[in-house]
Amino acid sequence: MTRSSRLAGWLLSLALTALGLMLVTFLIGRVMPIDPVLAAVGDRAGADVYDRVRVELGLDQPLWRQFLTYVGQVARGDLGHSTLTARPVLEDIARVFPATLELATCAMLIGTALGIPAGVLAATQGGRWPDHVVRVIGLAGYSVPIFWLGLMALLLFYARLDWAPGPGRISAHFEGVVEPVTGLILIDALLAGETEVFRDALAHLALPALVLGLFSMAYVSRMTRGLMLEQLGQDHIVTARAKGLSEARVVWRHALGNVAVPLVTVVALSWANLLEGSVLTETVFAWPGLGLYLTNSLLGADMNAVLGGTLVVGAIFVGLNLLSDLLYRLLDPRAAG
Amino acid sequence: MSARGWLLSDAPTSRWQARAGRAYAGWLALSRNRLAMVGLAIVGGLVVVAALAPWLAPYPPDLADLGARLRPPSAAHWLGTDEMGRDILSRLLHGARLTLWIVAVVAVTAAPAGLVIGTVAGQAGGWLDTVLMRLTDVFLAFPKLILALAFVAALGPGIENAVLAIALTSWPPYARVARAEALTLRHADYIAAARLYGASPARIVLGHVVPMCLPSVVVRVSLDMAGMILAAAGLGFLGLGAQPPMPEWGAMVSTGRRFILEQWWVAAMPGLAIFTVSLGFNLLGDGLRDVLDPRGR
Repeated sequence: MTRSSRLAGWLLSLALTALGLMLVTFLIGRVMPIDPVLAAVGDRAGADVYDRVRVELGLDQPLWRQFLTYVGQVARGDLGHSTLTARPVLEDIARVFPATLELATCAMLIGTALGIPAGVLAATQGGRWPDHVVRVIGLAGYSVPIFWLGLMALLLFYARLDWAPGPGRISAHFEGVVEPVTGLILIDALLAGETEVFRDALAHLALPALVLGLFSMAYVSRMTRGLMLEQLGQDHIVTARAKGLSEARVVWRHALGNVAVPLVTVVALSWANLLEGSVLTETVFAWPGLGLYLTNSLLGADMNAVLGGTLVVGAIFVGLNLLSDLLYRLLDPRAAG
Repeated sequence: MSARGWLLSDAPTSRWQARAGRAYAGWLALSRNRLAMVGLAIVGGLVVVAALAPWLAPYPPDLADLGARLRPPSAAHWLGTDEMGRDILSRLLHGARLTLWIVAVVAVTAAPAGLVIGTVAGQAGGWLDTVLMRLTDVFLAFPKLILALAFVAALGPGIENAVLAIALTSWPPYARVARAEALTLRHADYIAAARLYGASPARIVLGHVVPMCLPSVVVRVSLDMAGMILAAAGLGFLGLGAQPPMPEWGAMVSTGRRFILEQWWVAAMPGLAIFTVSLGFNLLGDGLRDVLDPRGR
């Protein structure tokens, strides 16, 4: 296959996935038990008003027509208005998303920094106690209900030990001190040179990021262990050992160097999975991100916001998957060409 | 001949003996894995507790005693009482039934659905394969919990809808796994032989392809069971799954959240139960994978 035809096929599958995403959210919007006309006109409106609004909203059209209209709106960046905040949904999402990005990115960094060494350790010590410890911690990270872990962390480190500040993204008296530029408070505070705000924001971030980071660490350490075990059984490792290289060099340079490429995809995928964990974590820590926005909209029966948020999360998820795929192709010489 | 010798015989005299022997060998391998045995004990314990809940629980799960609200763990109430004076231990024991029910319903609906979709796609090929796999990919393009949230938003909160939403988001990985297995069988000689005998496509898929894909799907399902429990508990915690008077563990954590700073046990105990059970399923699933799927080791 030539490069251009492969690119075309790739773009086509991307377009199909995007259409599929929209079809899912569109259909979910159609099964909902709330009548959008009734929601718009109120239950005291007469039959003629009801019918007029029904036509105005395009609900008299066949389903495929309505879907095309929906695709057109989404393509223009129109996700409708939120009934709770009375603002366009896309604007709301753009406002809350940086908070989620900041949390998920820090959690990913923590998970990677702890998970890769833990996985390497487990693989080199296969069958001995460090291996078992890493495996059990990994399984525990998979098994723990993250909302409960967050509550217990708040109870211990905030209420009992007073090491961490309470829920929220920043203390009330620092609210609005820093002008949002990137929306990421840590970076905004540094840009503005407000070290106190930076420290306060970092303290607020620490607990939720650690809780979410454990979740990410479980995944990263498990994948690292598996990949490393596979590498350590290869011939080139035997060769490296036979040449008399130190064990550290064999493990960290020859074996880990070879799994670096698949590990990049693992980390990118764990980042995508954190979007999911962030819904529950944000609720517990009152973190004003996309997850909290979604749950509040759900409880407020704000359908436009829920579907818009779901669509955006789906798009980000697809985007991160693509990114990991691209990185793999870029970094692995065998996949290129 | 001893029962063990009969089971492990190298020359089984009947098909039934061969099957029993393989199951026994699998069991021997599994029982050597200590962590998997811990998992099995936890899961077995859950089943026993769910079956015997009314006899094991010291109080009825909904018996409110406003005079004994929010009591800490004591001899009368081992795990304390909640905001209505209900015994937390009794509610947890009854909640085990709900947890088991959720896992069972999701597993028996999502797994066969994924299995059939995957095997049909892999066996049929062509446009049917393309369409089915596109559909699978679209479902996989959403994070599971977010998609389940959107479904529940459309269907309305409640435990049945939560289970339905989890089942709707659980089948795609099974379809993927089953298709991958089915593809390797597509040009197998025994399938061609069955076709030559005039077996219908449905018979080929159900009788000859599905049984071969079953082990990988079973492993995948057993590894996913903890995830199903966590998803159901998460929906309950967000107020979108089981609704409060029900002793569902996630919903119990959610009510306990209001008292977390003073009466920590109200939220801590049900969360601990979720953690234990989901750890049990994960340990068991991990062990099962090692036994049934040696490639994953």
